[in-house]
Amino acid sequence: MTTTIRPTKKKGLHRRDFFRVSALAGGGMLIATYIPELEGKLSGLSGRARADFMPNAFIKITPEGVITIVSKNPEIGQGIKTHLPMIIADELDVDWKDVHIEQADFNPEAYGSQGAGGSTATPINWTPLRQAGAVGRAMMITAAAQTWSVPEPECTTGHGAVMHASSNRRMTYGQLANKAATLTGPAANTVKLKDPKDYHIIGTRVPGVDNHKIVTGQPLFGIDFTMPGMLCAVIEKCAVFGGKVVSANLDEIKREPGVKHAFVIEPGPVARDGLLSSVAILADTWWQANSARKKLKVQWDEGPMVTHSSAGYEAKSVELSQQPAQRNLRKDGDFEAALAGASNKVEAAYFYPFLSHAPLEPQNTTALFKDGKVELWSATQQPNGGRGLVTRTLGIENSDVTIHIMRAGGGFGRRLTNDYMVEAAAIAKMVPGTPVKLIWTREDDIQHDFYRPAGWHYFSGGVDAAGKVVAWRDHFVSFGEGNGFSNSASIGATEFPARFIRNYMLDASVMPSDVPMGAMRAPGSNGIAFAVQGYIDELAHAAGKDPVQFRRDLLSQWQADPPAPAAEGGRGGRGGGRGGGPQFDAARMRGVLDLAAEKANWGKTTLPQGTGMGVAFHFSHRGHFAEVVQATVTKAGTVTVDKVWMAGDIGSQIVNLSHAENQAQGGVIEGVSHALGQEITIDKGRVVQTNFNNYPLLRMRQSFPVETHFLKTDNDPTGLGEPMLPPVIPALCNAIHAATGKRVRTLPLSKNDLKWG
Amino acid sequence: MAVTFNLNGKSTTVDVAADTPLLWILRDTLNYKGTKFGCGVGQCGACTVHVNGAAIRSCQRLASTLDGVDVKTVEGLSTDGTHALQQAWEELDVPQCGYCQAGQLMSAAALLERNANPTDRDIDNAMNGNICRCATYIRIRAGIKRAAEIKRGTVTPSNPGGRPEDTSDGSPRRLLEPSR
Repeated sequence: MTTTIRPTKKKGLHRRDFFRVSALAGGGMLIATYIPELEGKLSGLSGRARADFMPNAFIKITPEGVITIVSKNPEIGQGIKTHLPMIIADELDVDWKDVHIEQADFNPEAYGSQGAGGSTATPINWTPLRQAGAVGRAMMITAAAQTWSVPEPECTTGHGAVMHASSNRRMTYGQLANKAATLTGPAANTVKLKDPKDYHIIGTRVPGVDNHKIVTGQPLFGIDFTMPGMLCAVIEKCAVFGGKVVSANLDEIKREPGVKHAFVIEPGPVARDGLLSSVAILADTWWQANSARKKLKVQWDEGPMVTHSSAGYEAKSVELSQQPAQRNLRKDGDFEAALAGASNKVEAAYFYPFLSHAPLEPQNTTALFKDGKVELWSATQQPNGGRGLVTRTLGIENSDVTIHIMRAGGGFGRRLTNDYMVEAAAIAKMVPGTPVKLIWTREDDIQHDFYRPAGWHYFSGGVDAAGKVVAWRDHFVSFGEGNGFSNSASIGATEFPARFIRNYMLDASVMPSDVPMGAMRAPGSNGIAFAVQGYIDELAHAAGKDPVQFRRDLLSQWQADPPAPAAEGGRGGRGGGRGGGPQFDAARMRGVLDLAAEKANWGKTTLPQGTGMGVAFHFSHRGHFAEVVQATVTKAGTVTVDKVWMAGDIGSQIVNLSHAENQAQGGVIEGVSHALGQEITIDKGRVVQTNFNNYPLLRMRQSFPVETHFLKTDNDPTGLGEPMLPPVIPALCNAIHAATGKRVRTLPLSKNDLKWG
Repeated sequence: MAVTFNLNGKSTTVDVAADTPLLWILRDTLNYKGTKFGCGVGQCGACTVHVNGAAIRSCQRLASTLDGVDVKTVEGLSTDGTHALQQAWEELDVPQCGYCQAGQLMSAAALLERNANPTDRDIDNAMNGNICRCATYIRIRAGIKRAAEIKRGTVTPSNPGGRPEDTSDGSPRRLLEPSR
């Protein structure tokens, strides 16, 4: 990524102006809050000779001393709008209180990659953004040194100013901005970065930059965006995946109150992830559009998926498990011979269901198509993918698409897929010149997701007389065709415990399905960890060993050479994944395992009957995490999580202590939410669940304390969006086993009879 | 139909279909975007507002039942963030994505109106209808307790941990406002 390109000029109205216009249209209530003090300052300056200091796309310092830092990535609740500017501001050596944060529009030429996915923001940006700040600081020193005619090394910085101690001179960055703007900056990789002990923003607790707007209810999210003359849209797709519109009672719908347009949308050139055959209704208000939709009668051609069901997939999985695997992904040693010689053998079949992301803000996008170009206001995790989808579908060029990245009410991977964005763009193209806001219902969201794929693991293995694992086979049954897995339905050949067991086999068989699948927070890992760490617990039990000690032994018994980074397979950012980075490291995992066990007082507490502790660890997204769950199961089988102890190693530096803790606790609780009762089932080619009444998310009454502990190690900082989630699910299931003697091999827990006593 | 009700203390008249939910009157007719749409069936609590002082789901409250009622939305807690809950939320950095938080705040505000010192069980009961998909429940719980302290006057709100100290003139300043 280059750090010397300036942002391209924005065409037409700035997003801020739209907000202001919309506030006026709304009766003036919000005007005051939407013309910030900053704008007043700037507007009084027009015509005066001035130069803003913009050493790169991320920093702007005006001669009046207004410091603006641009946050380039989509904010989906992961705290990135605070996190990335913190990194820049620290190296720039300004005070956080003096910094204004601005959300970037999509402009990869200026900003480099702009996405939210794979816990990649920290590993990708940690060095370049520190360099971006340091370049700005270095140029300020040069400007001051030249102004004062003193050697640069005699100058220091602090609180947004350059100081020359021996002559007792000080100039603020604002005072130096005009001068600095005339300089050519040093190459980013030549600037000296701070010693971590000198950080004054990185490694502190900094609250989210949008918190004040959130708690005072100011418009902020994609769904809040509005424009004069805007119409609201709803869209109806076939409940059966792949179904197509044959006909619809459009004339009747057009007579409904407030309805301005109703039309059939033809499918676009991109299958599944793209524009689907559907019906759009546009009205003055969303409620009018949605009310008209209730009278919509569509005749569908439901297509071939109508024969698919979760029950059918289950039956097919059993059939595949009893046949030779379609292919082998890894083979170490001689599994069959080792199993034959094992003193204790364990066979177990694990299953996890489809899941829906269900971010709380329903999918939406506002689009304006005019003169062959489209402007979009969208909460998206992957604007680049959205632009590609829109250009291919509408037959326009990249330069014809403007995307304003809106704050997202949750992402979790759902908004990596931009189907709702292309829908809005296609609808807007039908009514050129009229802005259209498309909002899905919750039912649309749950029934038209890109689901966390269901998966099956058929394990067999054994331990020797000393309790050591001598043989392991996992026949993984998943979705896909031929040698390909469906999106996020894969497993990697280095997935633990590969490399740690001498006689190891990983096999895979797949079945085809057109159920849309996609990445969900810790993709792959969020299911695989449940199966692998549950089965490890079963082996520990067979070996008669303590589950923590058994895992310590497994981490140290044998280790094959790590693969070359390029060999790391599978989608979803497990292992090295996107952006490269560290592989599974036994010493780091041992570190977090020991820390979690220590904090939970593992093995040192006497728990009442019905209460138990379970442990699990997992490596994903470059992070090593171990978690201990204490859970209580009533005799009637109701599960309560009492507490979770989390230990994570994401390298040498936590950037924002406050959000890291919040994020880690939320991810752990989300994992428990998956386990308790979440399941998407398919019947007759469509999703059975409709809303939160039958797709339950964890609520306040079920919440529990989560102790978060970070083990700082001498490794580059990596991401925290995902790796805390996977281990909590098996740790909970292992705790249930400790409490009741019942082994959970099928999720969600609500499908298990956990009565005891 | 024309309906007149008090919105955050101001008499407000709208002309909408009788079956229009209060949620959409607020968001689309009146451009009050603080109240959020999450599920449309009263399951998630994102649309929670107060009607005559009680926390209700505005997606389930129709226009035909609004004549003469008092409606309070998150914008009516305070416009400057000085309500004890708003202060506590900022101080403890409660939000992640933030989408549910208006509803959380309104349920919590109704709780604190009737219970100055809520227990964990009180919080469980009052807040169970509000889903936080990011699962910030630990901080929501802490935020309610903190707000109760602020409201009772047993402590004064402080700067959030780690937030840089006040400006040199000593006046507290909104430190983290983005510039747009």
